[in-house]
Amino acid sequence: MTPDEIRASRAAREKLAWLVLLALAVLVLPWHQSLPTGSTPLFPSALGLAAEGRGWLWPVVLALPLLVWAGFRDASSRLFLNIVLAGFAILVLQGFAVGLRGPAFDVLATVFPAAAQGQTGFGWGGFVAGLAFLGLIAHSLALRGFCRGDRFSATAVVFIVALLGLFVFFPILKLSMAAFVGPDGELAFGPFIGRVLAPEIWRLDCLTGGRRCGVVINSLMLGILAATISTALGLALALIVARTSFRFKQTLRALSILPIITPPFVVGVAIIVLFGRTGLLTQFGADVFDVRPTRWVYGLTGILMAQVLAFTPITFLVLLGTVEAINPTLEEASQTLGAGPVKTFFKITWPLLRPGIAAAFLLAFIESLADFGNPIVLGGGYEVLSTRIFFAVAGARYDLGHAATLAMLLLSLTLIAFWLQSRWLGRKSYVTVTGKSDAGLASTLPFGLKGVAWAVVIPFVIFTLGVYAVVLVGGFVHDIGRWDLTPTIAHLRTAFAFEVGTAGFEFYGSAWNSMKTTLLVSAIAAPLTTAVGIMTAWLVARQDFAGKNAFEFGTMLSFAIPGTVVGVSYVAAFNVPPVDITGTAAILVICFVFRNMPVGMRAGLAAFAQIDRSMEEASQTMGAGGGVTLRRIVLPLVKPAVFTALVYSFVTAMTAVSAVIFLVSARHNMATAYIMGRVEAGEYALAITYSTVLMIVMIVCIVLIQLLVGARKLGRRREFQGQITPAE
Amino acid sequence: MTDEIAIEFVDVTKNYGAAVAVDSISLSIAKGEMVTFLGPSGCGKTTSLRLIAGLELPTSGIVRIAGRDVSQRAASERNVGMVFQSYALFPHMNVLENVAYGPMIRGEAKATARARATEILEQIGLKGLSERLPSELSGGQQQRVAVARAIVQQPDVLLFDEPLSNVDAKLRRKVRGEIRDLQKRFGLTAVYVTHDQEEALAVSDRIVVMQAGKIAQIGTPRDLYERPASPFVADFIGDANLISGQVSKGRFVSADLDLPLAGADGQAQISLRPERIGLTPGDAGPVGTVRSCTYLGSRWEFEIETGFAELLASRPMTEAPIAPGTRVSLNIPDTAPIRVA
Repeated sequence: MTPDEIRASRAAREKLAWLVLLALAVLVLPWHQSLPTGSTPLFPSALGLAAEGRGWLWPVVLALPLLVWAGFRDASSRLFLNIVLAGFAILVLQGFAVGLRGPAFDVLATVFPAAAQGQTGFGWGGFVAGLAFLGLIAHSLALRGFCRGDRFSATAVVFIVALLGLFVFFPILKLSMAAFVGPDGELAFGPFIGRVLAPEIWRLDCLTGGRRCGVVINSLMLGILAATISTALGLALALIVARTSFRFKQTLRALSILPIITPPFVVGVAIIVLFGRTGLLTQFGADVFDVRPTRWVYGLTGILMAQVLAFTPITFLVLLGTVEAINPTLEEASQTLGAGPVKTFFKITWPLLRPGIAAAFLLAFIESLADFGNPIVLGGGYEVLSTRIFFAVAGARYDLGHAATLAMLLLSLTLIAFWLQSRWLGRKSYVTVTGKSDAGLASTLPFGLKGVAWAVVIPFVIFTLGVYAVVLVGGFVHDIGRWDLTPTIAHLRTAFAFEVGTAGFEFYGSAWNSMKTTLLVSAIAAPLTTAVGIMTAWLVARQDFAGKNAFEFGTMLSFAIPGTVVGVSYVAAFNVPPVDITGTAAILVICFVFRNMPVGMRAGLAAFAQIDRSMEEASQTMGAGGGVTLRRIVLPLVKPAVFTALVYSFVTAMTAVSAVIFLVSARHNMATAYIMGRVEAGEYALAITYSTVLMIVMIVCIVLIQLLVGARKLGRRREFQGQITPAE
Repeated sequence: MTDEIAIEFVDVTKNYGAAVAVDSISLSIAKGEMVTFLGPSGCGKTTSLRLIAGLELPTSGIVRIAGRDVSQRAASERNVGMVFQSYALFPHMNVLENVAYGPMIRGEAKATARARATEILEQIGLKGLSERLPSELSGGQQQRVAVARAIVQQPDVLLFDEPLSNVDAKLRRKVRGEIRDLQKRFGLTAVYVTHDQEEALAVSDRIVVMQAGKIAQIGTPRDLYERPASPFVADFIGDANLISGQVSKGRFVSADLDLPLAGADGQAQISLRPERIGLTPGDAGPVGTVRSCTYLGSRWEFEIETGFAELLASRPMTEAPIAPGTRVSLNIPDTAPIRVA
């Protein structure tokens, strides 16, 4: 066969596969998850239902013969593309037009009496039909030159856009609509305005003394304080590590991943154990100063402590990068021009650090706004947006409109912070790293500053050590809260007891259920997240298609949405047809995939920047399409990025709480939700034990992933980097 | 007729947003021909090559390879071989795997693909290196692997994207000779991109000189050097003295320069090659003053100020140097001036 015939036959085979899939979806597979009331079709497929009087399904069914006809004439024609687009549009529209309780428009009810009975969410048939339509759209676009004619890339772009649309933008849209829904379910501006301007959101009473502030004010105050303190601490740590003869640099770097694998709540619990009303240090202070112990730590103070502990490692890493990127020759130049070390620091080093400091501050600020675990454990009466949103949905009074309004406020704040960050960094990035070697040594910190830095850092380090000591010990002693340090495995047994009986293992510890779900969901989500993330990075870095900038912006935007907002938006969007998936394990996986995908994407983008793209082009000119090139050339070369993405998405799925707390169900409970329940019940030791077990499991899994992905070929890559730029 | 044409561009345009990289180019390349795209950076020569490869698709116009319209067809679905500037060898595969990659992807059995690859590697003088990784080869060997990989599938066209830019200056002459030999031996149609005019003159059957996305001139190396069609081509291929003046009654006049020149009367520009200007101390005919005299090993190079232009003249070592400041008379043969505008 000539290459030309091979090409033609491959394209034809793919087209046929999509058409067969579409046929399967509309003719055979059950269209809905469960049969709509009042229907008894012979086959529950779209065809069967349509024949039975649910006529609004006819256009979807009839698209099939039309597409077969047009597809065999010329799949690259405008006509074919138009039919597929129309088919897909109708599929989506009919899903929304006829809801669970009947049609959205009265016209439909008169044309199709059966519509009055409503329809349930998409089942296999609906989803597979959507899939097939999208595949045919991509196929047709590629034949028309989209993605340089590469069908694999075109398919990837179309599918990722559709998935982002369905699982990121559609929920947000649904949520913003929910913000405009009044108490009787009508769409109106009135309730929205009322909710947005409510005094409980904006009041400033706490500044004048007396009552509490509004919830937005609380969030902002917490965010600014947490960001300021953790940025200052991060800077002090970064300066000590980079600009003094500090010896434990690597140790500190390694330890900075601790907060990432620390499950939520456990730091909060440790703080309560230390500083709560019956806490160890509170009791000690009360004895020494002879005062009544109080609940002083609950509220702003406690949340701040926990957040500073969690965010300082992040600001530290950002600022360490900035400090190390400063070209030492600049400081040397300043000193040869006659400035002393102190003057050099403030005139040269400090201005160069400013963009990094701004970035670190905004990052911590955004994290603080999105944080849910710490405020809920340590907040007491101090309510922030994320906890208020949670209680509006999960509390005694279910009020989606209220939750949606608050979520829109939280989202706006976060987006503003992101916007500021990109603007600030866009304008003021002083890149002093060049390809040339930086001769010269970084100047050491002036003596006075060094003292200040140490004075700031030492209390923080002691505090961190104390908290982690409680976490490490607390799970395995009788009652750490009362300083009863008798070693015991009672808590472990409560959570993870099992017996080897005649029927094999019997797990009757109370935590097994959530542990199994967590591991399963994380293990499914991690590779999917990595695949979507790396794939998206590859499309952005290497492919050229119309609308690429919007595509990149959209993916990054999905990263900006706080977890709580994602959680509520999923509740708002996926509780009702056409996509009715709440209460399933699938929604948990989907939630993780689209929340963590941008991290895989960033790892991928960084990796692709290191790899000469002509290798992929070589593969293409040798006859490999996008898919083969990705599998045989790209992936072997970006293994480290794959590893990073896998580990990160796995760990985040294990420890995530803010979005997932809205989506867990009795059947599919997650570890973090279980721990939150134990904290609420005051069973701190059990919570700590479970957290410790989770951390151990995560470390074991990271090692396993490393072994699985393998570092076998990484050695070769290093050699190769010398090869693409021969020293001639 | 069609089966004689290997590659054809019909009115091909490639835009990147508002920028026009290739501006409605039409050309055809015959089977077995070696054609070079030559021009300064940003002239559209690499984009034109990538349009043939399918690594870019044209915004408008038609690209035909072997008579088939491939304008909207992906690179993987054309039958082209390409040698990249960086060679682009796959670092995680050994030499044999690199060369066998293409045949395997196109559906051949592993054993057949390997046999084909081994055969090509032998023909190209890389026997015994099959098991090496690219990182264990010298630059020259890597380049040959890249060529072997590109021709193993008997492509309709072989593309070279500045293949010598990573080769040691001393080796370039040898390697470009090898490339030319190979192209003739296998009877391949080849398109070669370079910004080095000497390289272009040495390897090509025909050269396409490009300027700002358009074709400035197409011709054999000799055509281009001896009959440049525009001041740009005259200046880009070799050194040229461009002189503006008036033509009337078959003579070109500019200050004290007066030469026979055919063509229409009016404003004109001529090109004079430096080696065609003879110098003798004296005051006869068109005159000039020597500003500098530079020793270049194989020849002398003079900068001469005249009443009509700053001239560059090049004289063999057999002639004597002339001290700066000396008045010289210029001896220009009647065949030397070429009208370029």
